[in-house]
Amino acid sequence: MNFTNFGRYILLLKSVFRRPEKLKIYLKEIAKQMDYVGVGSLGLIAIISTFIGAVMTLQIAFQLVSDFIPKTIIGSVNRDSSILELSPTISAIVLAGKIGSAISSEIGSMRVTEQIDALEIMGINAPGYLILPKIISGITMVPMLVIISMFLSITGGYIGGSISGAVTPAEYIQGITTDFNPYTITVALVKAFVFGFIITSVPAYEGFYVKGGALEVSLASTRAVVISCISILVCDYLVTQLLL
Amino acid sequence: MIEIKDIYKSFSGNEVLKGISGLFQEGVTNLIIGGSGSGKTTLLKCMVGLHQPDSGSVLYDGRDFTPMSYEERIDVRKEIGMLFQGSALFDSMTVEENIMFPLNMFTTQTRSEKLDRVNFCLERVNLEGKNKLFPSELSGGMKKRVGIARAIAMNPKYLFCDEPNSGLDPKTSIVIDELIKELTEEYKTTTIVVTHDMNSVMGIGDYILFLHEGKKFWEGSNKEIAHTDIQELNDFVFASRFMKAAKDKF
Repeated sequence: MNFTNFGRYILLLKSVFRRPEKLKIYLKEIAKQMDYVGVGSLGLIAIISTFIGAVMTLQIAFQLVSDFIPKTIIGSVNRDSSILELSPTISAIVLAGKIGSAISSEIGSMRVTEQIDALEIMGINAPGYLILPKIISGITMVPMLVIISMFLSITGGYIGGSISGAVTPAEYIQGITTDFNPYTITVALVKAFVFGFIITSVPAYEGFYVKGGALEVSLASTRAVVISCISILVCDYLVTQLLL
Repeated sequence: MIEIKDIYKSFSGNEVLKGISGLFQEGVTNLIIGGSGSGKTTLLKCMVGLHQPDSGSVLYDGRDFTPMSYEERIDVRKEIGMLFQGSALFDSMTVEENIMFPLNMFTTQTRSEKLDRVNFCLERVNLEGKNKLFPSELSGGMKKRVGIARAIAMNPKYLFCDEPNSGLDPKTSIVIDELIKELTEEYKTTTIVVTHDMNSVMGIGDYILFLHEGKKFWEGSNKEIAHTDIQELNDFVFASRFMKAAKDKF
């Protein structure tokens, strides 16, 4: 995003947060989007998180070759890695691919088929009607998905460790319950909130200003995912730097 | 009544509209005609506010639309109905939901009142009973008619149609043209149709504004259009062999 695009993005967000014409219709749209973003992504997030947790356990066990380090460390490292980094960031990047491309294609198609013009002519605030429900669903459902992801990632670590014998269940549980700092959850949820905003607003921007036809819609969709992923990584660093 | 005064519009230094003026009366079908790239769709978009003119004004019954704020424009837009070239129906909604959409947004009517209005609009465009179909299940002509039904749902004072006949067979085109004319006369709307379809020009053109290379070249009625000596207009109107052969009969 260059400065012109960033300026247009800010102006679009200003239009998005105008007062809704009819709250009831917006609430209905928000519920629909929450179902799509949250419930619709649950399976994918569950599978990814469980496997990442399991793989993490095996890799940490592989690297802990010293007998002086207790195996309970595997649980502790897995817990903190999952909560602070893997669950929020990997989930956000996966969701940027799944939801981001869908949002960009949907809004882009509406632009090239004049559906957005039709909304404007009716006197409806098109950015508000189309984008606000998506952003609200993103900033509410992504943190929920991240909480589920944290739980499943740690559970995946337990399952992976138990099946492979890399760590005993007792050691793993002792590890995940030792020296737990609840502040890490706060950091993860702040990240999830920011990522939820990015993976809905950036693709919406890319779709909203598409010009041309089907080819341009697909290019915008690709651009949306790339920019969202880079923005997620940059914001990940910034939030971590600020909060830890 | 809509009046446009001295509209200029350019894109990246390319001047598309060069000082267009015109007066579109209510209760008659006003046509903006011209060849491809003559600026007719740009003019229409300037009139409804989808493009901001570089200079000039658009007056809706004396209200200058161009300098209005976003909030002020909403009041005028509630009085506008528009049929788009590709119909622009919302894909995710049924025919009924498409027509009901502006009613849901801007009225406090009960569901049964809104449904009555939807059914009335569908009946008016001869699509009774098609409420539950999705746009993907409709033919091109049906989509246009649903587009008209949605455009008239709010009882608009101003009706805009962007190439209503594009992609339609001649018979369906005539049906759409007649529907637009009937609605205009019945509801006394100020109707503006952008077209390059000569059947429409000859059939429903009460007032015609001819654009060529971004300038207004001629204005008049369909009865006068065949008898002008403007070369650019004659080249446009009598481009086809059929029209050339029929010229003497007009």
